[in-house]
Amino acid sequence: MHDDHDSGHDPRRERVRAWLSQARFFAEEVYSSRYRGAIARARRDEDDLFMLLVFSEMMGVPNPAAYYTLELQPLLLERFHDWHTRMGMERSPLDHFRCC
Amino acid sequence: MSAIVLLVLGLAGMAGGYFVYSKFIAEKIYRLDPDFKTPAHEFEDGVDYVPTNRFILWGHHFTSVAGAAPIVGPAIAVIWGWLPAFLWVVFGTIFFAGVHDFGAIWASVRNKAKSVGALTGDVVGTRARSIFMIVIFLVLLMVNAVFAVVIAGLMMNFSSAVVPVWGAILVALIIGQLIYRRILSLPVVSVIGVVALYALIGIGPSVPIQMPAEVAGFSGNAVWILILFGYAAIASLLPVWVLLQPRDYINGLQLFIGLIILYGAIVLLNPSIVAPMVNSDVPAGTPSMLPLLFVTIACGAISGFHGLVSSGTTSKQLNKETDARFVGYFGAVGEGMLALAAILAATAGFASLADWQAMYTAFGAGGVNAFVEGGAFMIHNGLGLPEATAATLLTVMAALFAGTTMDTGLRLQRYIFQEWGDIYNQPWMKKSAPATLLAVGSCLLLAFGAGGADGTGGMIIWPLFGTTNQLLAGLTLLVITVMLVRLRRPMWYTLVPLCFLLVMTIAALLIQLRTFFNDGNYFLLFLDIVVLIAAIMVAMECAAALKRTRAEMAEQGD
Repeated sequence: MHDDHDSGHDPRRERVRAWLSQARFFAEEVYSSRYRGAIARARRDEDDLFMLLVFSEMMGVPNPAAYYTLELQPLLLERFHDWHTRMGMERSPLDHFRCC
Repeated sequence: MSAIVLLVLGLAGMAGGYFVYSKFIAEKIYRLDPDFKTPAHEFEDGVDYVPTNRFILWGHHFTSVAGAAPIVGPAIAVIWGWLPAFLWVVFGTIFFAGVHDFGAIWASVRNKAKSVGALTGDVVGTRARSIFMIVIFLVLLMVNAVFAVVIAGLMMNFSSAVVPVWGAILVALIIGQLIYRRILSLPVVSVIGVVALYALIGIGPSVPIQMPAEVAGFSGNAVWILILFGYAAIASLLPVWVLLQPRDYINGLQLFIGLIILYGAIVLLNPSIVAPMVNSDVPAGTPSMLPLLFVTIACGAISGFHGLVSSGTTSKQLNKETDARFVGYFGAVGEGMLALAAILAATAGFASLADWQAMYTAFGAGGVNAFVEGGAFMIHNGLGLPEATAATLLTVMAALFAGTTMDTGLRLQRYIFQEWGDIYNQPWMKKSAPATLLAVGSCLLLAFGAGGADGTGGMIIWPLFGTTNQLLAGLTLLVITVMLVRLRRPMWYTLVPLCFLLVMTIAALLIQLRTFFNDGNYFLLFLDIVVLIAAIMVAMECAAALKRTRAEMAEQGD
């Protein structure tokens, strides 16, 4: 009994913890429930675009988005640089996409 | 008369309404079925249709419908004395609002969670649906214009609230980022947000910001209105998680804290009501109470806007059909409690009858200012908070509510323009930016067209807002009544409120028609005629739909 008490199984503390986690769940739900739909829709749109990119690459279908992704280059440049250094390549592995 | 007595009577009445009357309606009229598969389960997609715990859904529903109206309406209506406003809020909540909000959820849930507009088309007919679109547009137009005036008035009269009101937007932007990027957990962020908001309220009185009397030919009030529309246009274009979501959340928390403080102050102070029970000495120009009371207090008694939320988002998230009673009816009770607090603040929060009369010098003069000054008086004397801080607290509460309703209202109005762009095949109108410009433009036209250079057109049309909003409620009740007739159930519980609302709305419109004509106010005259035609069409549609349905039923019966 004594051991149980010491090892954090105090029923009162457990109850408080359960109550707090319940309160946290409620707060999060109240925060998101009104806008759950709008945010889920935005996320789904992102996923849809990602799927389009991945599938067209896989299937060799000329990708209509590729032309527009050129505009993303300045935004992606830093992340691309971080990626290739993390991968153990000092310089960009792509001839046509040099960042450093 | 002690304010506590009124508070207890009001709360007891509403509690009785919830425990007795709503139970009767749920069991005998709507006949809620715990085994009915709700659209949230039938079409569950994790996006729009999500079965939700009833307490959470109540929070969603209540914070969506609670705007500035349950504060503004009652605080204006006490000009006729406290008793009429009190009775309409209590009985309106019990027999009108509860049945309406709860019924809208039920009707929508039984019809694949369709919105009340779509339901009107299906149940009543396409003509009624067209009226519905126009009425919604007018309601949104008026809500935006009215709330801009209300907030601008607060900014002018309570300069200490400027920092907290605009600071609250900054707080919302920051907590939105903290939550969305998962930098801190929500409970921690909530505490930080509330503390920051109240710190701003504390700072407010020491840094009052007063708009100059005139800027580039516009009055200070008009400049605030222009700034507010600029803000609302930007806010309505931002993704919801950036500003709207955290702002609504912090507002909801603030509402509960504000209500606790206000009710606590009343209980501790036990103030006497100084306003007359029925005011026989109303200021010159005050319209007759009989139809106008019922359209001046909309939210807090019955409001058509609630039907849009009930059938728009709430019905898609209902876990069990029996939850509709708690979410819908108790949501209306929440609004009634807010309206009751507004009545008590605006009638008991003054030292003497003379003070009260000095505030209510003309129809519409009291309003939010009376709520803020009266409430601050009670909080100061009851809880010992400095009066300036208490006034700032209540101003921020009212302004934040009006502000979030404006954000949402403008967003919804944009959707209507985009929908019209779709219907009439105007690709430019389907884009967000032009549609927002059209929405803001129409609001500005109303604010400055009807109100002149001061931009207070919204306030002049406040009684028209009431009638338009009540018409919307009438349409929703019509849908519910026709459904009840088809199901061969008693229809009186919705038909009586419907008839009462239509009679009062049409009477109010006719009275105002004469006033506008005599004043030569042709813009309002035009708007009044539009709403009047819609009201008469609703009444005729109502009679026709009921007759048709009864005939169909009789045929089937044979």
